[in-house]
Amino acid sequence: MAAHSKSRIVYRALDAKSSGYWGLIAAFGLMALIGGGAAYTMEHAGHWITGMNNHVVWGTPHVFAVFLIVAASGALNVASVSSVFGKDMYKPLARLSGLLALALLAGGLAALLLDLGRPDRLLVTMTNINPTSIFSWNVILYSGFFAIVAGYLWTMMDRRGSGYYMPAALGAFVWRLILTTGTGSIFGFLVAREAYDAAIMAPLFIAMSLAFGQAVFMLVVLAAYTWADRPLGDVVLTRLQRLTGIMVAATAYFLAVQHITGIYAAEHRAYEAWLLAGGSVYTSIFWLLGVGIGIVVPLVLLLHPQMGGNRVAIVGASIAVQIGGLAHIYVIIIGGQAFPLVLFPGMEVSSARFDGVVAPYAPTLPEVLLGIGGVGVALLLLTIAVGALRFLPESLADEVVDPDHVPAAKDAAPKDGADASHEAVPAPAE
Amino acid sequence: MSDDRTNPETSRRDLLKVGAAAVAAGTLAPGITLIAPAQARNPADPASAKQRWGLLIDATKCVEGCTKCVTACNEEMGLPDHGRDATDPQYIRVVTVRDPETSHSKQLPVMCQHCENPPCVDVCPTTASFKRADGIVLVDRHRCIGCRYCMMACPYKARSFAHEVATEQKPHNPRGKGCVESCTLCAHRVDAGRDPACVETCPTGAMLFGDLNDPNSAISRKVKDVSTATIRGDLGTKPGVRYIGL
Repeated sequence: MAAHSKSRIVYRALDAKSSGYWGLIAAFGLMALIGGGAAYTMEHAGHWITGMNNHVVWGTPHVFAVFLIVAASGALNVASVSSVFGKDMYKPLARLSGLLALALLAGGLAALLLDLGRPDRLLVTMTNINPTSIFSWNVILYSGFFAIVAGYLWTMMDRRGSGYYMPAALGAFVWRLILTTGTGSIFGFLVAREAYDAAIMAPLFIAMSLAFGQAVFMLVVLAAYTWADRPLGDVVLTRLQRLTGIMVAATAYFLAVQHITGIYAAEHRAYEAWLLAGGSVYTSIFWLLGVGIGIVVPLVLLLHPQMGGNRVAIVGASIAVQIGGLAHIYVIIIGGQAFPLVLFPGMEVSSARFDGVVAPYAPTLPEVLLGIGGVGVALLLLTIAVGALRFLPESLADEVVDPDHVPAAKDAAPKDGADASHEAVPAPAE
Repeated sequence: MSDDRTNPETSRRDLLKVGAAAVAAGTLAPGITLIAPAQARNPADPASAKQRWGLLIDATKCVEGCTKCVTACNEEMGLPDHGRDATDPQYIRVVTVRDPETSHSKQLPVMCQHCENPPCVDVCPTTASFKRADGIVLVDRHRCIGCRYCMMACPYKARSFAHEVATEQKPHNPRGKGCVESCTLCAHRVDAGRDPACVETCPTGAMLFGDLNDPNSAISRKVKDVSTATIRGDLGTKPGVRYIGL
């Protein structure tokens, strides 16, 4: 088994006795509780109190849920890069990467499942599997993700499991790619909808997962190390910053291909014209929030040479990627449903039930609160775990994450000596 | 006498025998023998692939502004009207189709198309959406978890989600808040040998119900004689609902 680093990394749980820690637990617990209350309200009264209807059947809770599930897969990227691709610099962060992946998936699934019409029947998905349903596949993929990533964490955190480290790492890597493919395929397989029915949905979702997941990961690392007052050097942070920038660029690439091919294909052209230039709220969300804030701003903040290691830029970019991510998923899920279904190609249709017109939808408070509740569940699990177990290294100072790190000549201080192009030296076997 | 037909006594006796047999048959097997000899099935028997129930809708006979099929469906299935068009259940709706090139306009009812290859059945994660052997596509309300993926997948926007607490339900159409529902092709009536409520109600006879597998059925003879089409036939769903004048 490869060593996690040349120098020994010491992991230590966060101080679970501090008032700040309990403040976080209380805040995230409250978010989760409010989400639960929103779900109860929706289930008790029925979904008519939400913005969802017979035409836009998936709403804001699904936007949060899909964002969190997709981000979960991407949050595991740091662990995968450290193990499968042998980048030792990320190894100290691999445990947190796995943990965040589990927490985000749990939060996403909480929001998704509590929006079901009959969440009490969840077990039916286990007892009646439909092999032709990508949803059924996802039940297996999501459950398997928990098991595989938990096993992967065990190989990292317990010496008895270290012999299975690489198989677990490879398994988790492949599994998360399949998982995101499955999530994207929920939409890719919908042949009847002009907005979907495209194989590119799967790679687009993989690219989005890497961007969203890493953006969340960077924020978590910065927040945890700042609040815990532990050393966090610029070397690993700058690497993460650049890597996330590349993932945002990949997302932009797949989005561009998706929409350009959509414009090219006659059956999708009307949808593309409506979305990209129709002037509806979805057009604004796509361009302003999705492209402007979600892609252009983070690309500058993450990849501009002068932004390297700039923590304000990293925080700003991470938040922007997440706002943009939610916007893109909002447009994909809700915009895609709101656009009228074509029953009679080439004809104008109308009815008393919203045929031929953009279906109505406006997010309601219970939906938003349920989505935020999902975020609360993820953050609550994360906070409990980092306070209970050794997920976070005591130090992520430059000389710790990269023993061969040489501070810049002008200034020996680690923070000023960050070098984005500095390669990690492969560590010898333990 | 050798010819019984000329003996009034014999004729009376025979008539009584026939009458008694008819009464007995009518009493013992009402659904099978008397009500609809050609179509009804014994409730104990499963639906059979020998039948492929279908609808033929003549759009040229569908009268502008008429929504009697919608009203009949709502009454038959106990569907409420809360005055909320976006969330109220809809099993059947009337769609007006206008050709922008010619300005020709027509209207026709659209409901679950009871596809041979139903996308809703393919995507359902719990197999709650299922197709009976006789082609009727249904939702098992005990198994539906309310995920609405079938509604996303349906090319005809034919399904509804029960957004509200169900009241005044009909025994043959139990509804549950949080489950997906749609046209059952009035399976309860079909199984009893009757036509769906919309077909029975249509004032112009624009809707014809029958067994597409039976070459002698009225619907089979009609689709053989007249040019018919399905909605979004290009998707390969092979609907059991066909249209004239589409």
